[in-house]
Amino acid sequence: MAKVVLENISKMFGKVAAVKNCDLTVEDKEFVILVGPSGCGKSTALRMVAGLEEPTTGTIYIGDRAVNDLPPKDRDIAMVFQEYALYPHMSVYKNMAFALKLRKFPKEEIDQRVREASDILGIQDLLDRKPKQLSGGQRQRVAVGRAIVRKPAVFLFDEPLSNLDAKLRVQMRAELSKLHDRLQTTIIYVTHDQVEAMTMGTKIVVMKDALIQQIGTPLGVYNFPVNLFVAGFIGSPVMNFIPCRVLSKDGRLMIDAEAFQLPIPEKKAPYYQALAGSEAFFGIRPNDIYDRLFAPEHLKENAIRAVVDVIEPLGSEIHLNVTAGKHNLVAMVDTQTNVRMHQEIELAIDLNKMHLFEKNPPNLRIAAE
Amino acid sequence: MGSETVKSRGGRSLRRLLDRESSLGIILMLPGALLLIIFMAYPFFLGIWLSLTDSVIGEMGDFIGFRNYTDLLGDSIFHQTARNTLIYALVTVPFKAMLGLGLAMVLSNRMRFSNPIRAAVMMPWIVPTALSTLGWFMILDPVFSPISWLLRSLGVIKQNINFLGDPILAISSVCLVNIWRGIPFFGITILAGLQAVPQELHEAAAIDGANAWHRFIHITIPTIRGVVLIAALLSIIWTFADFQLIYILTKGGPANTTHIFGTYAYQIGLSATDIGQGAAIALYMFPILAVFAILLLMYLRRD
Amino acid sequence: MVGSETLGKRVLGIYLPLAFFIFFLLFPFYWMSLVSFKPTNDLFELKYNPFWLQTFTLENYLYLFQNTDFSEWLKNTLIISVVSTVLSLGCSILIGYALARLRFPGSNFLGVGIFLAYLVPPTLLFIPLSQVIAKLNLYNTYWALILTYPTQLIPFASWLLMGYFRTIPKEIEECAMADGCTRMQALVKIILPLSLPGMISAGIFCFTLCWNEFLYALIFMSSGPMKTIPVGTVSDLIKADTLFWGALMASAVLGSFPIAFLYSFFVKYYVEGLTAGAVKR
Ligand SMILES: Nc1ncnc2c1ncn2[C@@H]1O[C@H](COP(=O)(O)OP(=O)(O)OP(=O)(O)O)[C@@H](O)[C@H]1O
Ligand SMILES: [Mg+2]
Repeated sequence: MAKVVLENISKMFGKVAAVKNCDLTVEDKEFVILVGPSGCGKSTALRMVAGLEEPTTGTIYIGDRAVNDLPPKDRDIAMVFQEYALYPHMSVYKNMAFALKLRKFPKEEIDQRVREASDILGIQDLLDRKPKQLSGGQRQRVAVGRAIVRKPAVFLFDEPLSNLDAKLRVQMRAELSKLHDRLQTTIIYVTHDQVEAMTMGTKIVVMKDALIQQIGTPLGVYNFPVNLFVAGFIGSPVMNFIPCRVLSKDGRLMIDAEAFQLPIPEKKAPYYQALAGSEAFFGIRPNDIYDRLFAPEHLKENAIRAVVDVIEPLGSEIHLNVTAGKHNLVAMVDTQTNVRMHQEIELAIDLNKMHLFEKNPPNLRIAAE
Repeated sequence: MGSETVKSRGGRSLRRLLDRESSLGIILMLPGALLLIIFMAYPFFLGIWLSLTDSVIGEMGDFIGFRNYTDLLGDSIFHQTARNTLIYALVTVPFKAMLGLGLAMVLSNRMRFSNPIRAAVMMPWIVPTALSTLGWFMILDPVFSPISWLLRSLGVIKQNINFLGDPILAISSVCLVNIWRGIPFFGITILAGLQAVPQELHEAAAIDGANAWHRFIHITIPTIRGVVLIAALLSIIWTFADFQLIYILTKGGPANTTHIFGTYAYQIGLSATDIGQGAAIALYMFPILAVFAILLLMYLRRD
Repeated sequence: MVGSETLGKRVLGIYLPLAFFIFFLLFPFYWMSLVSFKPTNDLFELKYNPFWLQTFTLENYLYLFQNTDFSEWLKNTLIISVVSTVLSLGCSILIGYALARLRFPGSNFLGVGIFLAYLVPPTLLFIPLSQVIAKLNLYNTYWALILTYPTQLIPFASWLLMGYFRTIPKEIEECAMADGCTRMQALVKIILPLSLPGMISAGIFCFTLCWNEFLYALIFMSSGPMKTIPVGTVSDLIKADTLFWGALMASAVLGSFPIAFLYSFFVKYYVEGLTAGAVKR
């Protein structure tokens, strides 16, 4: 129902910058995920949208209004907090009705909206309980319910799932996605969990050290991370980074990582030409590394030898921690793979999925497509 | 900034003041701070000024420098007052602390009726001191004292004891009443400290072979040191600046031998209408109070 | 504490000292009540055991209401204590909230200032304060005490409430603001109901202190019917030559009773408040 724009937003706490020069446009009905490591300023950014913190510089727009001077209550937003922040002295019903009462809605309408929301979330039977008498998952639902009865222009979520156990988290993740579908409202959602970031949003914003690193669709960010940090942060297990040198040998561009050498695919070579002779980071995701025995035919030629250090069978796949020369790598290999600890294995690498990053900060990725 | 049209300027800017943390904070402090400024800070500075004048009640006097202070240094009653105050404030503290500790240790045991017992032993601290002191006033009376009656019946004494009429007995008596009043405060504070010691600690120590005395020295004492110190500092400050207990029991007598700063300032400043001098007596307390206040503050903010 | 103790040990280690403390700490109250129910003549009868009641009478209490201003004192004390408590509690809620929750310039400094104000004793100020009260023409009016008591109440009450407010998660309040409250509404609708125990402790603390205060009341309320109970009892019932012991003790008992009653109802809160950081004077 509303577009949210952050224009050159910064927030200083004393000398500490929590958010620096942030520019972000959240389109109407978009589900935007702010993701980044702890302390990077996600919550601060969200709280500025909510009006709980005043930006030090810049302007925030919700809809077409500049809202810098508006207190939270006038911004038409609803927020769900990590610790749920349910009002302990009110029943679930009252918790959900509170905002509507403040806005002087007629009783029937309040009642109807609370019932509707509790139906959506399956908490009809809990309406008379106090927050203390609820389980973590139930509290979570009430907190969401309290937000949706308002029908606000923008929903703000601050790590709402981080206090739930793994199973419940998966379930709530799906439910929140469905909810977004159903409500068709703008959502800004903060998390440090990259799975949530990948699966829930229509757009993700990766932050680090108070700065926005990259904005894009989940797949866009996954496939084309702008720098080493984003590449390492998004995706699980984490992308492998190997310090290397780019060589030009017999007219072909090669990756030289001492322990092994790999040819750069023809398609990508032109983009990397300028790097010839210099150092870089070679990046490859674990799922682009195969046990050579089970690799697709066309990948078999680019293989390296490595020693297996750890084997983690997950059922659907096997994670191998291996050492090649002095480099440690993680590979996600086929379940048929049959290796033992300390054995050598041949790993095939899908070089079409490789990335190269500049050696020096900010470790930008060399675009190759 | 705002792209909205501004409707009612006054109403909106007030609302903004109330919404903004920095201005709201100051607005909220205001009512309380105003009372504290008018009836505490201002009188404090007025007191300093008065003490530098020869004012009497109803008449603002002239500036006379530090004469009130220097005069007092030559006043033997003032010397006695200062000595009494120190005795009254400092000598009583170890008694209050020890007996309070004893009380706390006793109360920390599981027993029946522990809640009513706790409530009952707090009474000396809770009820108006002026009124409970009246009870003591009778208990220490030269004619009606039950203590004298008891000792006489036992044949220990022939004549009633004049508790408040003899200088040594009088100062001892006021100290006794002060101790009586302070025990519950120490007791309950220390009890809270004791209850903060996890029971497992005692059990672990017992398993390690520590006897009750060792446990007391190595577990109990270290954990309550902090609260005892805080309670002692507060108690010193309050006792130092006491008034009512002595005013009621002896009015500073006999022959000015039990005056403390408060009662002496009252006698000179209000009864004898010499406000300038009275203010100076009261202000002599300030440096000492300040030292204890700062010690307390430092202790509380040590981490 | 640890292990099982024999009965003998318990008696020696617990009940005996307990008996001593109870006797020592409560004897004056026993004595006061005893005397208040004794006819004056019995006091002078030397053959009677003074520790017991020979004849029971209410004449002392009747005397108090018929021949003294006690009922006026009671009314004065009650009005002054209630109004001053409400006023102080109001100011303290605001200060406690500001110090606990708001970032504003000088807040640290003000916090320390409030703490130090807690340590300023009335005896340090009463002489100049009497001049201020005279200037403002407040002698022998309720306002003299209603306005000066808060200086002794606000510091501790703010300190105590600040501690309580800090235990309430900030998010709850922020959520209320996102839900549509102004800060003040969030304070009233969310924070205050949640800190009820703290407010009760602070309220009891304030009320007790007002009820018990002596020095300011002694100086500012010198006219007979305007006195408070402690001051009236001490200054009007102790006449140099003849002491009406019975009435004096009756007044002391009656004056103590409301506080003792209130206190025994709310021991938990009082002790909580007391141990929350510090203490009554
Ligand atoms: N009220 C505050 N006062 C001072 N510094 C603050 C305040 N709030 C946040 N910060 C600082 O700002 C930075 C960003 O904090 P923020 O809470 O936005 O991080 P975050 O990305 O939400 O982290 P997390 O994932 O741990 O919640 C941190 O360095 C933090 O210490
Ligand atoms: Mg956060």
